[in-house]
Amino acid sequence: MFLHSILSTLIFLPISGGVAILAFSNEHQGRRAKLIALISSLLSISLCFLLYYRFDLTLPTMQFQESSVWIQPLNIYYFLGIDGISLPMILLTCFITLLVVLDAWHTIHEKITQYLAAFLIMQGIIVGVFSALDSILFYVFWEAMLIPMYLAIGIWGSQNRFYASIKFFIYTFFGSALMLVALLYLRYKANSFSILDFYSVQLNMLPQTLIFFAFLLAFAIKIPMFPVHTWLPDAHTEAPAGGSVILAAIMLKIGAYGFLRFSFPIVPDACKHFDLLLIILSLFAIIYIGFIAIIQKDMKRLIAYSSIAHMGFVTLGCFSIYRIVEHSKNISAALMSIEGAMVQMVSHGFSSAALFLGVGILYHQLHTRLIKDYGGVANTMPVFAAFFMLFMMANVGLPGTSGFVGEFMVILSSFQANPWIAFLATSTVVLSAAYSLWMYKRVFYGKVANTTISHLKDIKMIDMANFSLLTLMILGLGLYPDSLLKILHPTIEHLLTLSLQSKLI
Amino acid sequence: MYFASALPEIIILTFACLSLLADCFLKKHFRQINYYIAQTALILAALASIKLLNFPTVYTYSGMFSLDPISTLLKLFIYITSFFSFLYARAFFETEKNIPVAEYYVLGLFSVLGMMVMLSSENLIPLFLGLEILSLPLYAMIALKRHNAISAEAAMKYFIMGSFASAMLLYGMSLLYGLTQSLNIHEIANVFSQGMTTHNLVFACAIVFIVSGIAFKLGAAPFHVWAPDIYHGAPSIMSLFLGSAPKIAILGLTFKLLIQAMPDLQLQWRPLLILVALLSMGLGNIVAVAQTNLKRMLAYSSIAHMGYMSLGLIAGNQEGYAACIFYIFTYALMTLGGFAMISILSKSGIEAESIADFKGLNSKSPWLAFLMLLLMFSMAGVPPTVGFFAKLGVLTALVNVNLVWLATVALIFAIIGAYYYIAVIKAMYFESESTPNPLPIIPLDAKIAISTNALLLLFLGFSPGFLFQLCQRVLI
Repeated sequence: MFLHSILSTLIFLPISGGVAILAFSNEHQGRRAKLIALISSLLSISLCFLLYYRFDLTLPTMQFQESSVWIQPLNIYYFLGIDGISLPMILLTCFITLLVVLDAWHTIHEKITQYLAAFLIMQGIIVGVFSALDSILFYVFWEAMLIPMYLAIGIWGSQNRFYASIKFFIYTFFGSALMLVALLYLRYKANSFSILDFYSVQLNMLPQTLIFFAFLLAFAIKIPMFPVHTWLPDAHTEAPAGGSVILAAIMLKIGAYGFLRFSFPIVPDACKHFDLLLIILSLFAIIYIGFIAIIQKDMKRLIAYSSIAHMGFVTLGCFSIYRIVEHSKNISAALMSIEGAMVQMVSHGFSSAALFLGVGILYHQLHTRLIKDYGGVANTMPVFAAFFMLFMMANVGLPGTSGFVGEFMVILSSFQANPWIAFLATSTVVLSAAYSLWMYKRVFYGKVANTTISHLKDIKMIDMANFSLLTLMILGLGLYPDSLLKILHPTIEHLLTLSLQSKLI
Repeated sequence: MYFASALPEIIILTFACLSLLADCFLKKHFRQINYYIAQTALILAALASIKLLNFPTVYTYSGMFSLDPISTLLKLFIYITSFFSFLYARAFFETEKNIPVAEYYVLGLFSVLGMMVMLSSENLIPLFLGLEILSLPLYAMIALKRHNAISAEAAMKYFIMGSFASAMLLYGMSLLYGLTQSLNIHEIANVFSQGMTTHNLVFACAIVFIVSGIAFKLGAAPFHVWAPDIYHGAPSIMSLFLGSAPKIAILGLTFKLLIQAMPDLQLQWRPLLILVALLSMGLGNIVAVAQTNLKRMLAYSSIAHMGYMSLGLIAGNQEGYAACIFYIFTYALMTLGGFAMISILSKSGIEAESIADFKGLNSKSPWLAFLMLLLMFSMAGVPPTVGFFAKLGVLTALVNVNLVWLATVALIFAIIGAYYYIAVIKAMYFESESTPNPLPIIPLDAKIAISTNALLLLFLGFSPGFLFQLCQRVLI
């Protein structure tokens, strides 16, 4: 009985938690707000455990389905369900929100109730995005997500927050508008708003192309891909720590999720036709953005650019499948490619969250994000420096950490497509090491740069707990990636058959 | 049957006369009673209309009067929006003493009566009479604050522009009469369906005059120039009435003239409406970006909304018309809320009409800021507010008749539109005011009204099904 509505509970529990915070606590009752937020997060996590254990790993189909009529005259359903692609994303969302709540404990003083409420509501909405199977329901969650994020950047952001928040909103709003037209057109063809019904619609090349580009605009802005990535450095840099964490760890993944849920199964022929374009854009993200990351003076900006580069691997992994199949006739290599992309998504969720939380801790004490203002932090914050080293290594993709697994799988399979693609993609090993380690050296090593650094205090218990959880995840996924792969495998196999069949009439 | 079908009109007329008398014979401090008279009239009329909603179409009073579900539903929407308008007005008059209080409600009731007459007429003569009964009280209403130069100017402009629009419409109707030899809407439709040729100059002129008259009255581009000046010049309590209920009535007029009188001539008026819609969405949204005055911004946004609403007419089927009715009601609710917020935050006659006046509202009153946030996101069409579903309805109808390009253009203009709505939110949430300016005391009923109004947008966003169904049902 309860399991039938577990997804709804996961959506509406945090949302009602957020509403409860707004209703039952005011600015002076921050403690109460924090408590409600913590309880809501912990309940969500325990529901996630339940979800994980009840999830049937052998099935490629949608599980935990819930369906009821929502808007009868327009034929819109409240239709939820998850498969192996959405499950890891939902788990990630709940986990990361817990980190954000814990992080807010000491760092946020202004309007703490609204802050926590915004992030809890956002958690519910994002779980909604990952579990919606009705396209309009998906779109509603997708757009609604903008509201709390826009407020989070604008209210708790730093100096340039007005510009960043409006740029973020307009950019993403612009991307999704054309997607709505595509969804309405598909409904016209399929006579249903259900995403699963869209999969069986036969389409000619012209509508496929138009739909493909409508989706591409929406998802490429969200990921973000080169050249529509420019909103991200601004948004990331100006957002509060929690905002950057949610943006980097979860929101970017929604774009890639969109490719897997919509583009590949609905317009496979267009995806195949334009795959080279996407591969080139991905390589651009990996190499060009990697170079840009090296010269950043601002730590958050550097991590933001590194996020774009890492997401380049995700899109590369997704879109190289057609060439892999064409050249090697080897389905298992294509399978590995998409799985690698998924692993990369989850792994980047952990490492980027960890890095942004870390920079948030430094910023909270020194109120500057510029690398040149730091130096020798390892002397005053040794524990923090050790954790940060590990997170940097995960970002670089050191074997043993989660970052290695995804990149390795993508590079390995892209060899089958074209060795040159693999060659270019491998440059990330050098580039990410360069920007990550150089930044680490300048911030943490050397002599203590100034007196404020000598007064830095090492991290508190609560941050230690946060970082330990992240370390556990990063090493866990790095040493035993099979735990994630076995969730993904049946679903991605099914997805691949959908993506490789032609839908031309 | 004779009287029963006109019961709502009779109720409103009786109470309007009653309040006129009360205003003449009661002492000054009893004149608040007019407020209660007006609200009672609306409630009673609403009850009568709810009863009549399930009736089949009835023609009576020598074929001059018709009672059909569409008009009854639109009338219900008019009562609801007028009820809210009067509520906000009462709160406003507590602080503003320079405006004659009682007249507002009398004029309001007579205007509502005009809307109802127009919606129920089956003949072009009462149709036009209704339009004039609706418009004349509005001219007077704007002029109520007659010592204020801007208000007087707005009233004069509205009078001249409104008369001009009426004249255009009247000319179009007279050409229609010349073509068909009939004033009865049904008979006109019959003449057209019997294969009357429409490829002549007279018919073209009739169509052009009627569509421009309607666009004028709706405040849609390119006949929109009066709207910003008048919404800005009139006290916001008048603007909110002006921007909501009459637009619903004009949609009813459009249904009568374009759809009921010329059911098969859709392809003749569609290009004109497409032009009106494109210009309204484009101009409204783009010019609104540059506004610093919230009232002017809302005026331009209303021009844009009229463009979106007419997309449903362009779709030209039941689905589109239902979406149209849905859109106009949600639009009316949003406009009410937007202007009401300005009026509520105004202090001793000085209105909070500049966007800068909303700076730091979140710190002063998180609740009011949240309500305004809902209003703005709903106007921008961001889910989960109902504004999204209103747009979704008209766009779905458009895509289903293969007008994908128009839907795309409409959405692109909606993105431009989002910018100025979120600029208001930016002012409320992200900025703080330079000089501390405490909130005025807000009467409880106004607080409840604005909360209901804004939360309704959220509630209808969560479950728009019922309202959609209602809009579809009356069309069958």
